Amino acid sequence: MQQALKFDTYQRQRRRTQLSQTVTYYVVVIALAIVMLYPVAWLVASSLKPLDEIWTNVTSLIPSTLRFENYAEGWSGFGGITFETFFRNSFIHAGVGTLFTVVSSAIVAYGFARVKFRGRDIWFSIMLLTLMLPSQILMIPQYIIFNELDWINTFLPLLIPRLGGDVFFIFMIVQFIRGIPIELDEAAMIDGSSKGGIFFRIILPQIVPALVTAAIFSFYWTWEDFLGPLVYLQNPNLYTVAVALRAYTDTGSINNWGAVFAMLTLSLVPVILIFVFFQRYLVEGIATTGLKG
Amino acid sequence: MTEPAAAIPGPERVQDALLSAAKTKARNKDFKRNDVVGYMFISPWLIGFFAFSMIPIAISLYLAFTDYHLLRGGEWIGLANFDRMFNSDIRYGRSVAATFKYVLVAVPLRLIFALAVAMLLNTKRRGVYWFRAAYYIPSVIGGSVAVAVMWRQLFGGDGRVNEGVVNTLLGFVGIERLNWFGNPDTAIWTLILLAVWQFGSPMLIFLAGLRQVPAEYYEAASIDGATAWQKFLRVTLPLITPIIFFNFIMQLISGFRVFTQAFVITAGNPLDSTLFYALYLYRRAFNDFQMGYAAAMAWVLLLLIAFFTFISFRTSRYWVYYETKES
Repeated sequence: MQQALKFDTYQRQRRRTQLSQTVTYYVVVIALAIVMLYPVAWLVASSLKPLDEIWTNVTSLIPSTLRFENYAEGWSGFGGITFETFFRNSFIHAGVGTLFTVVSSAIVAYGFARVKFRGRDIWFSIMLLTLMLPSQILMIPQYIIFNELDWINTFLPLLIPRLGGDVFFIFMIVQFIRGIPIELDEAAMIDGSSKGGIFFRIILPQIVPALVTAAIFSFYWTWEDFLGPLVYLQNPNLYTVAVALRAYTDTGSINNWGAVFAMLTLSLVPVILIFVFFQRYLVEGIATTGLKG
Repeated sequence: MTEPAAAIPGPERVQDALLSAAKTKARNKDFKRNDVVGYMFISPWLIGFFAFSMIPIAISLYLAFTDYHLLRGGEWIGLANFDRMFNSDIRYGRSVAATFKYVLVAVPLRLIFALAVAMLLNTKRRGVYWFRAAYYIPSVIGGSVAVAVMWRQLFGGDGRVNEGVVNTLLGFVGIERLNWFGNPDTAIWTLILLAVWQFGSPMLIFLAGLRQVPAEYYEAASIDGATAWQKFLRVTLPLITPIIFFNFIMQLISGFRVFTQAFVITAGNPLDSTLFYALYLYRRAFNDFQMGYAAAMAWVLLLLIAFFTFISFRTSRYWVYYETKES
């Protein structure tokens, strides 16, 4: 009888410590989530606040009234150019650039992963070594070359180099292809398929997840890329959103911070949307390959 | 001199030899065809490599020894750029100091945070998936100009009308208002905090690594009566040293190259306390058009990164633990 009672209190106690552990866990995790997301929420809230409230009611995340005019005023841009132009430029830069990068990377990756040719291992090592190069080494001579070619103030310096693919993605896709059974290739070869045919009919459908991951990262990095457009696009009509935002806020005498915050928020929308829809690919891409995010 | 008997070909050996010669020939033909096909497939990268890496590197090396000005052209000046960098350019020294300070503080802090949060999320509790996503969001948007502009305002960037949310929040706990961007000691902390806030990608890599640690090890440690802290020190930490090392190298390299945040948030001010290497290099190249000097700076940056990576690899054998196959 006594034994049973003891056991009962023991169980109750255990359950209680378990419960308190769970509660502590969620308190910590939620508190941290608030700290992490507060700045983003603050930005969105500020973009909707009435102008006199932005710097007076600073910590609040809830505007007293929603002022959507901030978005209309921000969209009208500056210097006679609306944000429609900047967003279009950014979509060209990130969209076309991503297309070039992913298509080339897939083709090159197939060559390295499935064709045995002389010098393959050497070229592969050389390619991986280029990952170490800081972009600063290439930036200045590339600028001089593109300047000689008269490519400044066009998208060409930002797009043409990407036809060579991206080493990170080539490596990632190579690893992915190596995981596909070689028997599939051999069966197709017996059926008389060429290497090109195998690539299109056998490999390409299988590596779609890797291509999606590469496309997402490529789009992110290009959308957020600042240095490239800053250097090559000096004509405001060609500004991408990133360069435009910085020019917009650089005047030092902004009265309409509501409009600025509205455009800052809007510039994050494509990135956040992709994150929401393709989170799984992103998280797996980072966890398995160590791609910087 | 007699040949060894085995080397004299009998009829069947001749046949073998012919057969193998035919095979080699076929293989060679195959090889040649594959050579063409292989190089066709990798040609996009190969052409890009020569056009946009090899040739620029050669030019860059040449530029480093010239006084190249975009508008005037250049002349060979030998080591004068490097002499100027190390002996007479005070701002260069300041930019190196600022970069080292940033790397030395931001990289370890970021890794510690990433590991701590990964440990926190390495559980089967309900909802961890959502927290993982929430903590990763700052890293997704973190490199953008939008976040940089926002960050500046959070710390009271526009000082006349805006004291900054951070100052207001600090005021609640009784800490006096800080002039973040006016003081050389505090400005760099706004950038370090931004880096720490974006611990998402090292966190995900740590999380993947933590999943690899066999559960039996923890069970064994529990039976031996190990506390949670002991389990962390004796089981978790040694087993994930390869991942710590990988994250460290990646963060180190990107830390040396930080640009956008400093350009937008502090612009190198005050008193060059946040004039990071990449920012100073950009200014020399594209504001002053001193491209020879900037190219020389870029080569020193490459050597710096290579040196620290090399040192990290050399010291890694003393603390990185690889589970070998024989154990």
